[in-house]
Amino acid sequence: MDLSHSLNWYLALSAVLFVIGVLGVLLRRNVIVILMSVELMLNAVNLTLVSASQAFGDVSGQILVFFVMAVAAAEAAVGLAIVIAIFRNKLTVDINEFNLFKN
Amino acid sequence: MIAPFLFFILAIGAVAAALGMIIARNPVNSALLLVLNLFCIAGLYLTLNAQFIAVIQVLVYAGAIMVLFLFVIMLLNLAEMPRPQQFRWSYALALVLGALVLAQAVYVIAEGFNVIPAAASPEQAAATGTAKAIAMDLFTTYMLPFEMIGILLLVATIGAVMLAKRRFI
Amino acid sequence: MENTEFLVQLILLLPLAGAIFNGLVGLFIPGLRKEGIIGAVGTTVVAIPFVLAVYLFFGLQGHPEPAIAKIYTWMAAGNLSLDFAYRIDQLSILMTLIVTGVGSLIHLYSIGYMHGDRGFWKFFAYLNLFIFAMLNLVLADNLVVLFLGWEGVGLCSYLLIGFWYQERQNVQAANKAFIVNRVGDAAFLLAMFILFKYTGGLDFGTVLSEGPQLSTTVVSWVVLLLFIGATGKSAQIPLFVWLPDAMAGPTPVSALIHAATMVTSGLYLLARLSPLVLQAPAIMAVIGIVGALTAIMAATIAITQNDIKKVLAYSTVSQLGFMFMAAGVGAFFVSIFHVMTHAFFKACLFLGSGSVIHAMHHVEHDLQHRGLIPGHGDPETPLDSEAHQHPTRNNPLPYDGPFDAQDMRTMGGLGKYMPTTKWTFLIATLAIAGIPFLSGYFSKDEILWKAFEYGVDKHGYAWFVWGVGIITAFLTAFYMTRCYVLTFLGKERWPHADQVHPHESPVTMTIPLVVLAFLATIGGFLGVPAVVERLLGVSSWIHHWLGAEYGGPVAEAAVSPHGDNLLLIEILLLVLGALIAVAGVLFAWSRYGKQGLAYDGVIRERFGALYRWWSQKYYWDEAYDKAVVDPVIGGSYKGLAPFDQNVVDGSVNGIAKLTYAIGRGLRVIQTGFVQNYALAIVLGVVVVVALILFV
Repeated sequence: MDLSHSLNWYLALSAVLFVIGVLGVLLRRNVIVILMSVELMLNAVNLTLVSASQAFGDVSGQILVFFVMAVAAAEAAVGLAIVIAIFRNKLTVDINEFNLFKN
Repeated sequence: MIAPFLFFILAIGAVAAALGMIIARNPVNSALLLVLNLFCIAGLYLTLNAQFIAVIQVLVYAGAIMVLFLFVIMLLNLAEMPRPQQFRWSYALALVLGALVLAQAVYVIAEGFNVIPAAASPEQAAATGTAKAIAMDLFTTYMLPFEMIGILLLVATIGAVMLAKRRFI
Repeated sequence: MENTEFLVQLILLLPLAGAIFNGLVGLFIPGLRKEGIIGAVGTTVVAIPFVLAVYLFFGLQGHPEPAIAKIYTWMAAGNLSLDFAYRIDQLSILMTLIVTGVGSLIHLYSIGYMHGDRGFWKFFAYLNLFIFAMLNLVLADNLVVLFLGWEGVGLCSYLLIGFWYQERQNVQAANKAFIVNRVGDAAFLLAMFILFKYTGGLDFGTVLSEGPQLSTTVVSWVVLLLFIGATGKSAQIPLFVWLPDAMAGPTPVSALIHAATMVTSGLYLLARLSPLVLQAPAIMAVIGIVGALTAIMAATIAITQNDIKKVLAYSTVSQLGFMFMAAGVGAFFVSIFHVMTHAFFKACLFLGSGSVIHAMHHVEHDLQHRGLIPGHGDPETPLDSEAHQHPTRNNPLPYDGPFDAQDMRTMGGLGKYMPTTKWTFLIATLAIAGIPFLSGYFSKDEILWKAFEYGVDKHGYAWFVWGVGIITAFLTAFYMTRCYVLTFLGKERWPHADQVHPHESPVTMTIPLVVLAFLATIGGFLGVPAVVERLLGVSSWIHHWLGAEYGGPVAEAAVSPHGDNLLLIEILLLVLGALIAVAGVLFAWSRYGKQGLAYDGVIRERFGALYRWWSQKYYWDEAYDKAVVDPVIGGSYKGLAPFDQNVVDGSVNGIAKLTYAIGRGLRVIQTGFVQNYALAIVLGVVVVVALILFV
């Protein structure tokens, strides 16, 4: 498909999804939802990369997406393991309770 | 004609699912809505001729990562979070910042790019997203990052196992 | 001469090595800390340089050019290069011989004197260090190395005066010496700065060739400042006040430093820079007058002193005044001549007094052991603090306080028990008094003759110098004989003298006495008077050795030739000098020999208020206390101490408090809530992107 005219739409969509993800990180108190919002942000970036790759005819963008997905998977796994470890002690996933770094 | 139509359907679906995800009270609902969002994005990849990536998205993201999320949610047996009771200035600031980010992004997009015309014919366009095209670069130019990713995943696995164990040995 | 550089290095480094050895052994190797080893090392490292100096001395016969040995470049900046450079010429070799010769005798003496002292090794380390510094001073080829030695001897003087640091007053005396010297040193430094600015160099070659060509004002300032420095080191008015207090140090120290060597540094400086000094006639008058005033002042004080070392201390100040008198009339080689003879007899006198004090300490211990005087924890005879000056049953001493081994009022009759000490002391006393044909006669009368000659040459102040010199010569003979008679003749005045006797000092102490007495006897023949030169054809060796007109380094004031007119007057003056000396000796001998201590009372009555001034040392210390010391201490308490506490400490503490306050203020950011941190991150992103887009 020729994206020389409609690339902007894809980019705009990606921006909107990214902002939704940012809001989710900043506004929700559930740690797991925050992690999911981070995944949403990563997906928005992936979308940007793929649409740019198609627009410029360069496959490197999609290869980068490949790597981003792998890293996102690793990060999700480790993040969830940390949440489980903390949950064992605190019995909550409210992020406002994780404040041992205070002062 | 179908293309813009597809794009809009999928786009609205993605945005709606995302919004729903961050608004939903029940974390299971949030997870499921995110799965829906991921499917929509996979569809968008298909409209962009990125076949391989679309399939990977469904398999890895929706099929593995989200399943993992759901496992954890159900394992922890989380209840619904209450709505925020009082107004906090941090919420307002967050909304403002979100709006600013969006504004900046839109501004950049509106600035416009010099787009190099891509492939001319649909066949060539379709050829750019195939597994073969990706594999050609992945296993030659990007061989080292590929191996590093493997090690990264190994490390993550070990890390996750260590973190989630009952006792540290 | 070949090997000069090597020999110079050896001469300088041997004492330094001795100091390091003694110091390190004393500190770290208790096994080697034997008096025999330390004493032997300490003495040898001074005796060997003496032998080497003799060798160099013979190499200098015939007045070759001075050899300059440059050992090491200390610092070089721009055009100025300061080196450790040393000059071997007639003057420096003569001084080196005096320093190492008399020095090694005193080291030998110290082995006996300091026997049993816990700081024996420290003493020899300091003494060796002193010799090193003094050699640097006299052998230096530039003013900077000289100043290094100058400061070094001041330091060693401080260390040695306060050697028995457990007594507070010893430490105070050491501080006083150092601080008063510092004032002189500041003047010296100023002189060096001026010289450098105007001549561009500080080595003697430059200073002595360029210096005399500068304007009279500049030269006068330089010479005046150097003289002020010399008054500090050589104990003249106004900076002499440290020398009597310095007697708190062990007697070998007094002999070496405060009689024979360190105090002569000022004279050496003037002699070395004599071509320069001669260009400042006004300052020469100052030097002469100050020397004369100092001489007579110290002599009057010495008449009233009861402590044997104090008598000798004031005598030193007085004799140094004589040397400056000679410098003031342009006869620098005569002042060096008197330096030499004074070293002989004054060192002999001090070592003799040390021998006496040593013996009286034994008397003291004996009396204490037998319980005859308080001390050694003897509870039966407590001191009656209200006893007055007459011997009573409770306080058998004629003065307040405990037994003082240095006070002549409890001496007397020691000649019976200590013959060697007595005879050497007598010879040295007669020498300093100026009895004919002993060394003091030649040097002192040469000074007086030169003053007279200079006065005839139409320099008015020289008459004043001469007159004062005559009176002081008489006083010198008087008080020194008083000292001898009260100590060695007459009845024994210490309590229970029938039971407790002193005894002669060991051989390590008496050999130096004999050697020095011998030198005091014949040393004068090195400088026969001019008239003798003329009539008998014998030449004054020292004049020919040092004098510039014969190729030596010491300049002399030009006096218009008077041919044979003054020959008769010169001979008469020689006779007059002899008569004064003999009169002084006989007068004191008869009075004190017959009446003993009581004659002091006669003098006190006859001179009344004057006597009080003399015995209170003209109230110099009190005046300095009021004028300088008290304001400085008061100013420190009121001004500097609060400044230190409030401003200096305050700013340091203030910085700490400020840091703490900033930290407390910034802590607020660390809320602990992750979402706040995320908020901050997003805010940062927005700002940075905005900056990139719009700036």
